[in-house]
Amino acid sequence: MDKDLLPKRSFAQKYHVRGIGGTILFFFLLWGSAVMTGVNWGDFFTNLDQFFDLLSRMAHPAWDYTNIVIQPIIETIQMALIGTTIGTLIAIPFSVLAARNLVKNPIVRGIIRFILNLVRTLPDLLLAALFVAVVGIGSTAGVWTLAVFSFGMISKLFYETIETIDDGPLEALRAAGANNVQVVVFAVIPQVLNSFVSYFLYTFEINVRASTVLGYLGAGGIGVYLQRSLSSFRYDQTAVIVIAILLVVIVIDAVSNKLRERLQ
Amino acid sequence: MTEISKKQNFTARYGWIFWGIIVVFLYIWSLTGLQFSGLQESAGEVSKSIINGLFHPEWSYFYDGSGEDLFSLIIQTLAIAFLGTFVSAILSVPFAFFAARAPKEGKFHPRSTSGKFVLVFIRTFPELVLAIMFIKAVGPGSFAGVLAVSIHSIGMLGKLFGEAIENMDRGSEEAIQSAGGSKADMWLLATMPTIMPEFLSYTLYRFEIAVRSASILGMVGAGGIGTPLLFAIQTRNWSRVGIILLGIIVMVTLIDLISGSIRKKLV
Repeated sequence: MDKDLLPKRSFAQKYHVRGIGGTILFFFLLWGSAVMTGVNWGDFFTNLDQFFDLLSRMAHPAWDYTNIVIQPIIETIQMALIGTTIGTLIAIPFSVLAARNLVKNPIVRGIIRFILNLVRTLPDLLLAALFVAVVGIGSTAGVWTLAVFSFGMISKLFYETIETIDDGPLEALRAAGANNVQVVVFAVIPQVLNSFVSYFLYTFEINVRASTVLGYLGAGGIGVYLQRSLSSFRYDQTAVIVIAILLVVIVIDAVSNKLRERLQ
Repeated sequence: MTEISKKQNFTARYGWIFWGIIVVFLYIWSLTGLQFSGLQESAGEVSKSIINGLFHPEWSYFYDGSGEDLFSLIIQTLAIAFLGTFVSAILSVPFAFFAARAPKEGKFHPRSTSGKFVLVFIRTFPELVLAIMFIKAVGPGSFAGVLAVSIHSIGMLGKLFGEAIENMDRGSEEAIQSAGGSKADMWLLATMPTIMPEFLSYTLYRFEIAVRSASILGMVGAGGIGTPLLFAIQTRNWSRVGIILLGIIVMVTLIDLISGSIRKKLV
């Protein structure tokens, strides 16, 4: 076989430059991260007994604390419900304005999407810290945090749903002389209502999870008690709170999943 | 026959009243249960200063070479997320095989069901509490953050990996088996290569989430940008809050873009 007839491989292909370079870069990043964060596995394993001591204290929950926990955990669910609702109500007009098939003006759409992207980058606890500074300690701060947090998430889910709807009814209404508001009310809403409710429930699930820690920074709910028990080293109480959170999240997830299956 | 259609008619016609009453009741219950403290008198002023701080960020904080500036701490935050996600991706693989249901197994299999429950437990255990527990073990700092991210991410990665295993194409596994390959051959030559792209894609997705959580773990003392942010908010240093917020927004946006484009190539 003549060697010249074989297809030529470039230098990069012959010596697997991308594969080897990528691997080296990856390990370099790992090493760099380990140095940056001061990883010390020796330290970790020598102090592991302290960690297990903490775990064993958490393994004996203070059950008499349960009565105190019930009220704040209910408050947490209420915060999540009101917060998600406010977020959804603000999200609806924004998602209509961000949908490609409803708003033909790319500048308006671009600005709205830019705002939504900005809101979505902010982590929930960061919002909580800001709102505690603005409205003061209490569940109001939690409600506003969850409202803004779910607003960013839900408007993206909503406008993506709106973009997948069937254009037929819209065109029919426009041809019959309907204005934009009528098009939205009679052609868009009937098509998206089920997915909207389903996404609302999904966001509610996420908000229940998020709201359990918001109180750590003073934004109401069970997190306040979490912070209290941790700072007073009562890990047996922490265990009760964690179990309560686990139960609530599992129940809410199950109920919401059942409802979402029915909507489909 | 008519009975059934009548029944259907009844639920179809009046079902919404039932749901409506439940919804109205839920909202009344929530609104009366929450204590709305009302706004502080300073609320307007504070939000004005926050917005003002966002538009007049303290640029000198961006980099001053002390290692306590925005740039170094953003890199540190990324390092926490990167290392934590890497460790948790490796730890998640056994959990995923533990929780995944084999094709012939029924809905309730003791191994898979208990594995799934363990993953739910890890997922629901608040990351902040985990971080505080690790701070007790290794002291405050970003190492505790790395450990918290590593353990907490197992909950979600294990679930996603497990679902990927459940839904994978078993053809190549059978091919290796019928060619006389051992169990280890099957795993190494068929299972892993088939699910690797999905594993990597989910790991990258989790990395995006880890960047967000690493940026707030500092609020409990687990390293990264969260510590100076909370400090700046508490001391009402709004121009510093502004630059840190900008830093987080730029960091998260960039990471989402990069990771998103890699994920598009993978799948």
